[in-house]
Amino acid sequence: MSASAPHHSPPDIREQLVRRFKAVLPAEQVLYSDEDLRPYECDGLSAYRKLPLAVVLPDTIEQVQTILKACSELDVPVVARGAGTGLSGGALPHEQGVLLSLARFNQILQVDPQQRIARVQPGVRNLAISEAVAQHGLYYAPDPSSQIACSIGGNVAENAGGVHCLKYGLTVHNIQQLKVVTIDGELLTIGGSGLDAAGYDLLALMTGSEGMLGVIVEVTVKLLPKPDRAQVILAAFDDVVKAGQAVGNIISAGIIPAGLEMMDKLAIQAAEDFVHAGYPVGAEAILLCELDGTNEEVSAHVYQVREILNHSGATEVRTASTDAERMNFWKGRKAAFPAVGRISPDYYCMDGTIPRKHLPEVLRKMAELSKEYDLPVANVFHAGDGNLHPLILYDANKPGELERTEEFGGKILELCVEVGGTITGEHGVGMEKINQMCVQFDALELTQFHAIKNAFDPNGLLNPGKAVPTLHRCAEFGAMHVHHGELPFPELDRF
Amino acid sequence: MADISEQLQQQVQSALENHQPLSIRGGNSKAFYGHAVSGTPLETGGHTGIVTYEPTELVLTARAGTPLEEIEQTLAEQGQMLAFEPPHFGAGATLGGTVACNLSGPRRATAGAARDFVLGCKLINGKGELLHFGGEVMKNVAGYDVSRLMAGALGTLGVLLEVSLKVLPRPEGEETLVQECSEESAIKRMNQWAQQSLPISATCYDGASLYVRLCGTEGTIAAARKLLGGEEVPPTRTWWHKLKEQQHAFFSSNKPLWRLSLASTTPPIPLKGKWLHEWGGAQRWLVTDEPAERIRKAAEKAGGHATLYRGERGNLDVFHPLPEGLMTLQHNLKQAFDPKGIFNPGRMYKTI
Repeated sequence: MSASAPHHSPPDIREQLVRRFKAVLPAEQVLYSDEDLRPYECDGLSAYRKLPLAVVLPDTIEQVQTILKACSELDVPVVARGAGTGLSGGALPHEQGVLLSLARFNQILQVDPQQRIARVQPGVRNLAISEAVAQHGLYYAPDPSSQIACSIGGNVAENAGGVHCLKYGLTVHNIQQLKVVTIDGELLTIGGSGLDAAGYDLLALMTGSEGMLGVIVEVTVKLLPKPDRAQVILAAFDDVVKAGQAVGNIISAGIIPAGLEMMDKLAIQAAEDFVHAGYPVGAEAILLCELDGTNEEVSAHVYQVREILNHSGATEVRTASTDAERMNFWKGRKAAFPAVGRISPDYYCMDGTIPRKHLPEVLRKMAELSKEYDLPVANVFHAGDGNLHPLILYDANKPGELERTEEFGGKILELCVEVGGTITGEHGVGMEKINQMCVQFDALELTQFHAIKNAFDPNGLLNPGKAVPTLHRCAEFGAMHVHHGELPFPELDRF
Repeated sequence: MADISEQLQQQVQSALENHQPLSIRGGNSKAFYGHAVSGTPLETGGHTGIVTYEPTELVLTARAGTPLEEIEQTLAEQGQMLAFEPPHFGAGATLGGTVACNLSGPRRATAGAARDFVLGCKLINGKGELLHFGGEVMKNVAGYDVSRLMAGALGTLGVLLEVSLKVLPRPEGEETLVQECSEESAIKRMNQWAQQSLPISATCYDGASLYVRLCGTEGTIAAARKLLGGEEVPPTRTWWHKLKEQQHAFFSSNKPLWRLSLASTTPPIPLKGKWLHEWGGAQRWLVTDEPAERIRKAAEKAGGHATLYRGERGNLDVFHPLPEGLMTLQHNLKQAFDPKGIFNPGRMYKTI
């Protein structure tokens, strides 16, 4: 078991760390007063907060190596942080650890339009890459909704997705090479300039490993040519089930839309009130279907998709005829989270993925749970790839409501696992979904994960306590994955 | 259709008890790939059957021993395909072997490799435990990506029992154009095309001619044909099939066959022998007598690696030797999955 946290008396170890960090970093890049640490106490999941012993802001790979070596020698946990926009608490600091911010690694090192790659530092914002290469007619495809702020290093650590995954894949499909520093301070180059590399696929293993295996200090991303044309169709439905079937019908017709998004009534209403995108507010669900490619292909597919939507029972089908109108259609969807934030003091965003055929059942059960917990839910859904983002509306100032929300959220994730899906499609496990990992995986599988962790970080210093729960924690949580009808974790005491 | 996972698990467990290495074998069509393994054969060819196939979800799950041909046939009936166009290299090719070798065909540069389409798997690890990772959904970031790690691991980390794959619709039409040109100009053209929104699904330069395959709607193909120019190759399907299965005349030599995977823009490499380019210049085949060291140095210089794909090995490594730090990680991972070293020992690297 590699996830046990080391114990030190904090002031003493803090002094040692700060002394060693200051030997390689300017004083203003080593933070340790409570006041300076405060901005780093949480990431995008602000319900969880902790102060680390120290925050370091290196700007060279050599400094990162020195920092990791020092932490390794002093047996101190390290949590890497990019832009801090993650939604699962993956960058939540460790109370006895160092928070390693990669924010100063913000340079685009190389753009090679011929080879269609960009070599960038991990702190570069996702959108900044596409902006920098736009002059060459290229872009970086994965576009998480936080793309204006989130960093590419964090994207790799979480295997970030976005609204175009069905056609263009996740982060793992769009990167070519990583430079990674191990907990021992060793610099490794993973991947290469070709489309594959010799040996085990460490590039795949590192992607989505949530800072548990190494610290990413450079990323080479693949760039794609911008499609000649993109067009969006908006369809309204008086029934979410019909909208779900329409998605299946489009895919059955051999069309892979660039984006295929669904919103339910509450989400439509909230978005419309906020950004006035002209959404049909009476509808039970809307679908946004973006088609891109060559001019001819888009023409043919727009025609086909409109036919399919009409045959699938859409009450209204609109095609954006200008780029401005297309942006307007998207505006409501992209603003869905803040829009929901306006109608409720707080909201909690979930991230399960399900096989799409189970959508009606999952939505029905979610509505039941919503009644049971007396908390409304708005649904936005990456319909093309089955990734659900239920937003639970709550008020953190009402005693007990956050706890009730978390329990409700947990139930939604368990429901996703029950129908053959997963607890997280793109936000990561982090701190947030650590208990639900016990539902998705059994003791043997979790043990295998720990063995992988051990292969990279035998002392469990990188982001301890995140992503993969200890068997002990699962036993405490009590929600067990019953495998082949056997009682799980028989080796552990019951709580 | 047969589920023999229990039997396979028992065989692994007894191999563990007897400290007996196992040589995992599906259809035995890719025995040439990697080093020979001395071990008791573990036959996965009997573990067959498509478990689930949901055309509207674009997902197929099948047991590892399922013939690739059966899978492709089933998909074709629904107008779908394995977009990485795996080579079979023999009638018995199975899904498990295809994923374990991570072999991909002409469409790789635009669609992705076998590993890109793997969504989940069931496997037996080196402790004889049956484990399930990933799933049947496109987006899944719960836990480390063990399923993709299995792709290309050549069975050295576990016995694949079941694999879930993303599948894609077949394009409405395809057409292949051919242009005569030099190697320099072929490299330049392939990379220039890749910077534009064009319906190109494959490219190949055989030393004299540059072949480019267009896929999509009729209108799309017509517009691209006009833009690119070139003569049409009549039986487009057959031509790319032969290339993928290495039945093209280029592959008939008795000399060692090397596969170089490198930056697509790499200029012609001054090594003696015959070259064939694929994947927009990112995969280059070389038939040569040049010493391994020179070939590997050239591949490294281009940010890539070189595999001795077919031919006499002697003492040579089939796969590109790794720097020490990466090699240590390979050992650690092998230890994490197969601590007793019973699965395909030496198939990939001599020490793992």
